[in-house]
Amino acid sequence: MIEVQHLTKRYGRVTAVDDISFRVERGEILGFLGPNGAGKTTTMRVITGFMPATEGRAIVAGFDVFDQPVEAKRRTGYLPETPPLYPEMTIREYLSFVARIKGVPTAERKSRLQQVMERTRIADVADRHCSKLSKGYRQRVGLAQAILHNPDVLVLDEPTAGLDPKQIIETRELIKELAGDHTIILSTHILPEVSQTCQRVVIINKGRVVAIDTPGNLTARLRGSETLYVQVDAGAQDATSVLQRVPGVTRVTTSDRHDGIAGYEVDSRQGHDVRRELARTVVSNNWGLLELRPMRMSLEEIFLSLTTEESAETPEAPETPEAPEAPGPETEAVNE
Amino acid sequence: MSNILAIAGKELRAYFASPIAWVTIGLFGLLIGGFYVTGLAFFLQQSMQMEQFAAAGQSQPINVNQYLIRPLFLNMSVIALFVLPMVTMRTYSEEKRSGTIELLLTSPVTDFQIIVGKFLGAVALYIVMLLVTVPHVAFLFWYGQPEWQSVVTGYLGLLLMGSAFISLGLFLSSTTKNQIVAGMLTFAVLLLLWIVSWFGDSAPPTVASVLRYLSITEHFDDFAKGIIDTTHLVYYLSFIALGLFLTLKSVDTERWSG
Repeated sequence: MIEVQHLTKRYGRVTAVDDISFRVERGEILGFLGPNGAGKTTTMRVITGFMPATEGRAIVAGFDVFDQPVEAKRRTGYLPETPPLYPEMTIREYLSFVARIKGVPTAERKSRLQQVMERTRIADVADRHCSKLSKGYRQRVGLAQAILHNPDVLVLDEPTAGLDPKQIIETRELIKELAGDHTIILSTHILPEVSQTCQRVVIINKGRVVAIDTPGNLTARLRGSETLYVQVDAGAQDATSVLQRVPGVTRVTTSDRHDGIAGYEVDSRQGHDVRRELARTVVSNNWGLLELRPMRMSLEEIFLSLTTEESAETPEAPETPEAPEAPGPETEAVNE
Repeated sequence: MSNILAIAGKELRAYFASPIAWVTIGLFGLLIGGFYVTGLAFFLQQSMQMEQFAAAGQSQPINVNQYLIRPLFLNMSVIALFVLPMVTMRTYSEEKRSGTIELLLTSPVTDFQIIVGKFLGAVALYIVMLLVTVPHVAFLFWYGQPEWQSVVTGYLGLLLMGSAFISLGLFLSSTTKNQIVAGMLTFAVLLLLWIVSWFGDSAPPTVASVLRYLSITEHFDDFAKGIIDTTHLVYYLSFIALGLFLTLKSVDTERWSG
């Protein structure tokens, strides 16, 4: 539905976007993730036809945005970072103006307007002036404007920026609802947003694509090995050396420890499921197995490791000083 | 066409929703009213004197067109030069500042449609300004016998000249985010185009004729006299076309450079 091929955009000497390529399939939500100034907005502006690319091309719904701009724009809805509202108009006036320039047929205009206003929950303030709206309403009117002509493609630049938590959830829900009939690209620098709404993620940094994948795969791919989190009630003992001896385990680090209950991060070779062995070992040592779960690298960690110079191999573990003699007075050594 | 009208309508609505329309129309009406009243008083005094001569069998009544309407039109052209930069200064600048330009440029309309829409919106406001002066002139028809032809050509000339001012203002507004800068630039350039013929007085004849041709107000005088000369028509129409063309190029350049 959207195809971006070797897109490059230079402002004078500054290269804002450097040879980006990706595609978005019909009905998909693609998350566009990157630190501020990474080139997200520039890429979106090229896709929406706001500005031409220096090199490369963007194809929306089969139309090249540079060669057939009007056709491409007819199929694109765009919510810029600041909703483009005219302060002197009421919401209804504004939307009917947008409907006209977006080419919504006169006969459908009224019903379409009502429909969109209800969908974005702004029908109750339809006759209020755009200058008197709160940030949340402005954002919703912006969204209404983008979906008004029922475009195939929706490009949303930070749709939840500046909203309160409740509005953020509402907006995300709305975006997910829209995904059925529209193909969506949304940019954000808020990571949980991507894992909650998007099927695929493009991470860009300094104008280049550093990764394209599903949020799940990204997490898995970035770890060279599998990591498990094991919480053990081993009383005064340190389980590290015992766990280390389990076949397939490459490394054990203590991540937290208090009151004789210790949490360990256990790395194992990829494709080697050591959970059964680990559990058996813990139980056979007469310790309490309190928790055993696979650890995923969070998107924050992936993001940081991809967008900072340091190697992606070693995401930082929470720093906990190892205390060999940890047990406090209230330790309950249940299994001893 | 529908797109152009939608944008023109939006522009006109924006003018009337903000103080701009009211201030410019008010200012224009007030100044023209002032000129009209003083002009009329002077005219009455003159014609009284003439009548005394006429009683002595000397002369004929003085021409209303020549002595009242034509100076009024010339005054209108000068006031338009002062007022119209205030109308056009926000057309592009404001859209750029508030980000609504992103809506226009990502909608399925061409740059040309946007520009013509904005142009027509400003021209429509200018027409309203001119309409405010119509009662003054109509009043003269009530009591005298002015030639209606030169009144019509006068208004036509004002319309053309004002449209030329607007096209220039539109272009300069598209070059900056700052309304004040856009307004000042427009005013300065228009003023320069007005006084350029004055330099001609001391210049050699060939240069003088070029300078006189360039002068934006020079071409108006014939319209006020009741003459439609194709030279002047061509001048104003090509001025307007050039202004719109430059705006188109400026918007396009802006796109490329971000």
